[in-house]
Amino acid sequence: MRRWLVQPEFKVERDLERCIQCQVCVRQCANDVHSYDEEDEQVSSDGACCVGCHRCATLCPTGAISISRSQLEFKPNANWTPESIRNVYKQAEGGGVLLSAMGTDRPWRVYWDHLLLNASQVTNPSIDPLREPMELVTYLGRKPDQIRVERGPDGKVRLATEITPQLKLQTPIMFSAMSYGSISYNASQALARAAKAAGTFANTGEGGLHPDFRQYASNMIVQVASGRFGVDPDYLNVAAAVEIKIGQGAKPGIGGHLPGEKVDAAISRTRMIPQGSDAISPAPHHDIYSIEDLRQLIYAIKETTQHRKPVSVKIAAVHNVSAIASGAVRAGADIVAIDGLRGGTGAAPTTIRDNVGIPIELALAAVDSRLREEGIRNQASIVAAGSFRSAADVAKAIALGADAVYIGTSACVAMGCHLCQRCYTGKCNWGIATQDPFLTKRLNPDVATRRLTNLLRGWSLEIKEMLGMMGVNAIESLRGNREHLRAVGLSDREMVILGVKPAGE
Amino acid sequence: MDVQPNPTKEFALSRGERDSAACAIAGVINEQGRRFNGERIIRMIANMHDRSNGLGGGFAAYGIYPEHKDLYAFHVMLDSAAARENFEEFLRRYYEIETEEVIPTAPLREIRNRPILRRYFVSLRDRVLGEHYDLTEQDLVVRHVMQVNGQIKGAVVFSSGKNMGIFKGVGYPEDIGRFFRIEEYDGYLWTAHGRFPTNTTGWWGGAHPFGLLDWAVVHNGEISSYGINRRYLANFGYHCNMHTDTEVITYLFDMLLRKHRLGIEEACVALAPPFWDDVERMEPERRELVRGLRITYAGALLNGPFSVVLAHSRGMIGFNDRIKLRPMYAARRGDELFIASEEAAIREVSPELDGVWQAEGGKPVVCELKVPLDAPEKEPARA
Amino acid sequence: MKRIYAREEFCLGCRLCEIHCLVRHSKSKKLIKAFRKERGEVVPGVMVESAGHVTFAMQCRHCDTAPCLEACITGAMHRDKKTGAVICDADKCVGCWMCVMVCPAGAVRRGKDGKEGKAASKCDLCAGDKTPVCVLNCPNEAIVYEER
Repeated sequence: MRRWLVQPEFKVERDLERCIQCQVCVRQCANDVHSYDEEDEQVSSDGACCVGCHRCATLCPTGAISISRSQLEFKPNANWTPESIRNVYKQAEGGGVLLSAMGTDRPWRVYWDHLLLNASQVTNPSIDPLREPMELVTYLGRKPDQIRVERGPDGKVRLATEITPQLKLQTPIMFSAMSYGSISYNASQALARAAKAAGTFANTGEGGLHPDFRQYASNMIVQVASGRFGVDPDYLNVAAAVEIKIGQGAKPGIGGHLPGEKVDAAISRTRMIPQGSDAISPAPHHDIYSIEDLRQLIYAIKETTQHRKPVSVKIAAVHNVSAIASGAVRAGADIVAIDGLRGGTGAAPTTIRDNVGIPIELALAAVDSRLREEGIRNQASIVAAGSFRSAADVAKAIALGADAVYIGTSACVAMGCHLCQRCYTGKCNWGIATQDPFLTKRLNPDVATRRLTNLLRGWSLEIKEMLGMMGVNAIESLRGNREHLRAVGLSDREMVILGVKPAGE
Repeated sequence: MDVQPNPTKEFALSRGERDSAACAIAGVINEQGRRFNGERIIRMIANMHDRSNGLGGGFAAYGIYPEHKDLYAFHVMLDSAAARENFEEFLRRYYEIETEEVIPTAPLREIRNRPILRRYFVSLRDRVLGEHYDLTEQDLVVRHVMQVNGQIKGAVVFSSGKNMGIFKGVGYPEDIGRFFRIEEYDGYLWTAHGRFPTNTTGWWGGAHPFGLLDWAVVHNGEISSYGINRRYLANFGYHCNMHTDTEVITYLFDMLLRKHRLGIEEACVALAPPFWDDVERMEPERRELVRGLRITYAGALLNGPFSVVLAHSRGMIGFNDRIKLRPMYAARRGDELFIASEEAAIREVSPELDGVWQAEGGKPVVCELKVPLDAPEKEPARA
Repeated sequence: MKRIYAREEFCLGCRLCEIHCLVRHSKSKKLIKAFRKERGEVVPGVMVESAGHVTFAMQCRHCDTAPCLEACITGAMHRDKKTGAVICDADKCVGCWMCVMVCPAGAVRRGKDGKEGKAASKCDLCAGDKTPVCVLNCPNEAIVYEER
C-alpha cells in the first residue's frame, strides 16, 4: 500500500540561478532526493525522501540548495500536533512500532538552561587560566573514606592504605558507549583515537572490541551488556575499565537490536556472532534479576580482571534512580554512570524515547545527594550522561555532583552528525551510523579524530575559564559545589531536588 | 544530611549567607611553653587596624586555665534567659559542671549589642561515655557542640577546648581584646583576628577565631570551594551551622588530624595539595602518597584565596592557599614564632627578629611546643 | 618534492576536486560563471575515477622519468625548475597528442588553450600555490599534498 497519508517532512529547493548542474548533491544523497535527468541535462530534487541531514547543502559548492520544513500546515490544534497526527498515519499504514534515533526531541525542560554559574568579584580574585595552572585531572573509581599513613624507619611517610584501581582523565569528559555496528568502523576508530590523544576514555558499547582497536584499549572502557556480545576474559582484561550496562537513557528497560544485514564479517568477528544474524540484546540481563545478582556479576568481572580494573554500572535515570544507584554502589560498583532522559541511541521505539525516564539534572542531583546522605559518596564516582551540548552544561553537571560526563551526541555532531535522527535506517549520509561501504568511507578517521580532539580541547579550555572565573584552580573544587549554581525560573521543589538556591539569594 | 540553618539564631546583628572576609590574622607562640599576657597580641592586631572594619575581632589563648586544665572550658553566647535555660538543661544532661561564671568583661562604649557571655568548666558524665562506647570523648564533645549550635535557639558554644579559650565579638579586634580583658590572661600561644566581612554584616558567633575542641582557626580570605567542603564534611558527620567558611577549615583539620590521624604535613597536602604536574615529578613512593591523599580528600581541598593560622594546645600552624593569594609572614625571635598578615605587625612587638619570611603557597609553617604539655608551670613572662 | 596523493579509502566521489580545479584554471575564476560559460573550454586536471564504492581522484603524477616529456615534439611539455612539476606551455604545444598517448595514468587530456586552440591540459600543481585547490577543497582530506 502506498503510504499516501504521510506527507513529506521537508521541502528541498534549488536556486537555479546558482545551480551549476555539477551533481555533487546527486552523488551524496543516500536517500535519492536528488537526481540528474540526462535528457534534460537538469538536476532536480524530490523532498519526499529528504531526512534533513544537510549533506547535499553542505557539499553544494554554490550554496544552491535550501531545505525547509514542509509548508503543509494542519489546522492549528494545541492537542493534536502535526507530529501526533503523522505518527497515527504512519502506524495506521505500517502497523508497527515507530522507531527513532538520537535523544528525545520533545520539549522536556532542559534544566541546564535554568541554572547559572557564579563568578568572583573583589572579595576573592578570579584566576587567569592563561597564567596560572588550572587542573581538570579527574580520577574515577572507588576512594577510601580515609587515608592511613605510616612512617618508615627512614623517617619517610608512606601510604598505608591500598587505593583500588582508578581511571585517570585529563579532562572530565568521556565518550559515551557507541558500539561498533551501530556506528561505523571509522567512527569507532576516531572515538578511540581521540580519547587516547586527549587522555580520556571511549566506551565500546556492547559491540565488542575490534582487534584493530586493541592499541587504544588503555583508553577504552569495555561494556558488558545483556547480549554479552564480544565478551571474553581477554576483552575484559585488555581495557582500562569494564562497564556493566543495565540501561540506557533513551530506552530504559528496552533491549537492543542490530539487524542481521549490518552484521558483516568484521562485525560478526567482533561481536562473536554468526555473520548475518540479528544481534539482539535482551531487555534485562538474564542473569541479573535483582541487586544481589548484579553484585555477583560485578565480582565475577573483578575476579576475572584480578581486581585491576574499576567496574562501572550504567543505569538509565528512572524514577527511583537514587535508590538504584545506591544499591549499585553497595553491590560493589566503582563508578555509577547515569544516563538521563535526553540521552541518545541508534534506535529506540519513539514512544519509549520520548516518554520514559527523568532528566539527567534531577537524577544526578538526587543520586549525589543520596550517596552523601548514606555516607557512601566516596565509594563510587558518578558519571552523568544524557545530552551535554556545551562546556557550560558539563560545568553545571560537575557542580551538581558529577565526577565526569559521557558525551555521545556531541561527539557525533563533532564528526558531522546533523541530528536527522535516522541512524536506524543505516543510511547515514555522514558515514557515522552506517555500515554501507559507499557511506562509511565518507568519514575519514584522521579528520574525525582531529575534530573530536578539538572539541574536547575547546570544552576543556572553556571549563578552565569557568573555574578561573569562580576563583578555583582545580576541578574538585567545583565538583558537587552547588553554591556555584543559582536557578532561574524553577519551582521551589525543583530547587530542593537540585540543591540550588534561586538567583538573587 | 545538611543541617538547615537555624534562622532564629541571631545575636544583635543579623547574619545571612555564608560569610567570607578579608581580614588581618596574627599569632605568636613561645615554644618553651612560657606564658605571657594578651598585651602583645592586641598590639599586633591593632597594628593592622585598617585590615578590619569593626565588624568582628577575636582572640584564642592557650594555657590560660591551668587551674581547670582537665576540664572542657565552654565559652557560650546566649541571647536570652530562655536560651540560657535551654542550654544549661542540655549541658547538665551530659556534663558535670564544676564551675560556671560570667566571662569577665570591661565596660567599653565601642562594644554594643552584647549577648550574655558565660563560661562553664565541665567534664563528660561517665554514664554518657558508657552509653556511647563506640565514640571517643572528643567525638561526643564535637557532637554536643554541633547540637547546641544547630538546634538550641539563641545559644552558641564558641570555645570548647581544655585549658584554652576563645574571646570574640563584633567590634574592632583591639576593642574586643580590651572588652574581654585579655591582657589579664597568661598563655603560651595567642592568635588574633580582625575582620572585614564582605558578604554580610558581622554577627557575634561568626567572628573568629573559630573553635572546636582545642582547635582555633583564624582565617583571612574566602573559600571558594566552601560549597563542596561543607557537603563533604556532612558525609563525616560535621554539620556547618555558623555560615562562615572558617568553620569548614576547622572541621577539616579536626577530621584529618584527630579522627584520621594524619600528620600536619599530610593534612596540609590534603587541604592544599601540590599541582598534578608537580605530583608527577615526585619520586614514586611520595607520588603514591600525595596522589592518594589528593584523590581521597578531593572534597577537602580548600580552594580560593586564604591564609590561616590554626592553633592547638601543642602548637601553631600557618597555612596558605596553594597559589598564595593572601599575605602571610612568619618570623622567629628566640623561643618565639610569629605569624601575621603583615610584617609590620610582627615588628610592632618585636622590632628585632632572627628571621622573617613569607610562607609559601600550600606549604605550612609549623611550630610545636618543645616541652611536654604537662611540664611544671613556668613563671609567666611579662610582656 | 611535494606531490598530490589520493586516499581512495576516504574518497566520497563527490567530484568537488574537479569543480574547483576547473574554476582555478578558468579565466573568470568565478565558480558559477566558470561553470556556466567556460565548461568545455577548460578541462580539469583532476578526474575522479570510480567503480562501485571505490573512487579516487586521479591527476598527473609528475613522474621523475616522465614519458610525456620524452614524447613531446616541440618542447612544450617541460619540468618547472622550482616545483618540479611537469607542465605544458600551451603556446608551444601544437596539439599532436603524443603526450596523451604515452601517459600511463591517463592524466593528460586534450584542451583548448594556446594559439591553435588546442593544447595538452594537465595538472600544474596549481602553478606554485601553497596548496593545490583540489586538496584544499576536498571535504574528507581524501587528496593530500605532501612529501613521501
